[in-house]
Amino acid sequence: MNNVPSNVQKKGLKAMNEKDVKKETEKSKITKFLVQTVIYLFLFIIAIIVIFPFYYMIISSLKDLAEYKRSVPTLWPETIHFSNYSKAFETANLGVLFKNTLYVGVVSTVLSLVITVISAFAFARLEFKGKNVLFAGLLATMMIPGELFTITNYITVTKLDWLETYKVLIIPFLVSVFYIYLLKQNFMQIPNELYLAAKVDGTSDLKYLWKVMIPLALPTLISITILKMMGAWNSYVWPRLVANDEAHRMITNGLRNAFTATDGQTDYPVQMAAVAIVSAPLFLVFIFLRKYIMKGVSRSGIKG
Amino acid sequence: MVASKHQWKAWLYLSPAIVLLLIFTVWPIINTVRIAFLEGYNGMMVVGGTKFELGLGNFKTVMETGDLGKYLKNTILLCVLTVPLSTIIALLIAVCLNSIKPFQRILQTIYFLPYVTNSIAIGMVFAAMFNTIGGVNFKDSWGIINNVIQFFGGEPIIWINQGSTYAANLAVMVIYIVWNALPFKILILLGGLQSINKQYYEAARVDSAPRRRVFWKITVPLLSPMLAYVIITGFIGGFKEYTSIVGIFGEKMGPADDPGRLNTMVGYIYESLENGMQGQASAAALILFGIILVVTLINLQVSKKKVHY
Repeated sequence: MNNVPSNVQKKGLKAMNEKDVKKETEKSKITKFLVQTVIYLFLFIIAIIVIFPFYYMIISSLKDLAEYKRSVPTLWPETIHFSNYSKAFETANLGVLFKNTLYVGVVSTVLSLVITVISAFAFARLEFKGKNVLFAGLLATMMIPGELFTITNYITVTKLDWLETYKVLIIPFLVSVFYIYLLKQNFMQIPNELYLAAKVDGTSDLKYLWKVMIPLALPTLISITILKMMGAWNSYVWPRLVANDEAHRMITNGLRNAFTATDGQTDYPVQMAAVAIVSAPLFLVFIFLRKYIMKGVSRSGIKG
Repeated sequence: MVASKHQWKAWLYLSPAIVLLLIFTVWPIINTVRIAFLEGYNGMMVVGGTKFELGLGNFKTVMETGDLGKYLKNTILLCVLTVPLSTIIALLIAVCLNSIKPFQRILQTIYFLPYVTNSIAIGMVFAAMFNTIGGVNFKDSWGIINNVIQFFGGEPIIWINQGSTYAANLAVMVIYIVWNALPFKILILLGGLQSINKQYYEAARVDSAPRRRVFWKITVPLLSPMLAYVIITGFIGGFKEYTSIVGIFGEKMGPADDPGRLNTMVGYIYESLENGMQGQASAAALILFGIILVVTLINLQVSKKKVHY
């Protein structure tokens, strides 16, 4: 007699609990759905804000000046004017700028890669007196802001009579302590036994470097290449100081020089077309090599 | 490792790097400090064979430059406004991004786009967006940003043109710099979030801890090394702000009726250098280095207390 009610009670309790739990989960499902909606809304709004300048650049570059100036803007050009692009090419002399920048970018990237690889190899694989002190000294120079170097480097290249040459755009920045550090870390992960085995077989250092280490460290080398090329493409301050003549001008300087007026009178569609042309190669590289760029950036934190 | 008879080989491999670093990195450090303390050092006079005396003259000249206060104010204001703002927004985005599955990759890619741009080129796009077109009294167009403001019932503002206020100029710079700084910060913070052990969150769920508590008690402490990293690099970058201003305002570094209004410390260094005042430029660069060093040390000191490794 005593058992029956307690059983019933238990059953009732259980049923109530289940109901409660169901209600609870339903409730949390709804809040979860709401939270997810808010999160997506927020993320999509941010995405629109991030993309908007690019969208604005493209639509503006295809309008004519009259349509661009309208007090009520159009969200898509009424008639598409590709002629802005050819005009931009002429106005800013983009052909020469492209050639100069590409030349500086390719030459400095190749030379920089060679120097970085052999230096990183020496630090990672060879033993010599003062290695650690030297390496620590190199790392210490990374803390000093670039402006401090610029002043004396400007004096140095003036004395060397390098002003307005390609040399002045390439040589002072060939060595990057950070890239040496990055590649050294990568080389150290490759087991030393491989090197010793190669030595026993009588393989030369360079052959070993070429056949074993470079292929294994390829992702890092690709990251360095992209960052270096982007650096050439985006450099502004140093080229303006030392080589802002017609024959050696770099693309960013040319772009800024061609459209100096910030008030009223600029032909904005043409300017936007020029900006789009300058930005396009960066986007292409990004689309195809996103993985390497993001990996390189997350480890370096420097632009270019 | 390898026998010591190969010592010369290591130095051979390192020689190109060492020679270039000696000329373009080590010598500049020594020389810039040297000429900062040479009274009135100046490129022209060196050619003329003038000898300079040791002294603090350059620092005095820099300090007495009427506009130094303005440059410092601009530099510090931009730093103090943009670093916390971009860090908070990036943290919010990273946390949200980490909590979703569909669209995560595509959104992450979109957010990274501003990084692969030329800051001068896209600065010109921002300038076009904020620009008004037409005379002082009559505007053909108020520009797209003002169109948006008017659409929501607001009054148009002269952002960067003739007649603009300092606050409006600064607002444009802050928007552009934050827009530009987000990709790197999101990348680092999202990487940090993804490396946090899921067990912490499972334990929190078992205890049914509320979201906010989870965020402050688990996410932020475990993310603190990355937060410290983006804040410190943000401050260092912020003190060297220059090209983004050139992107928007051109080399005048200000609106047409007040050139130089937004000039910064780095802008001042390059200006002095171009005018041949290398002593002043060096002194200003050393002052800037000192400021960055102090701020970084403070940052490190604070993060020592707050960061959980």
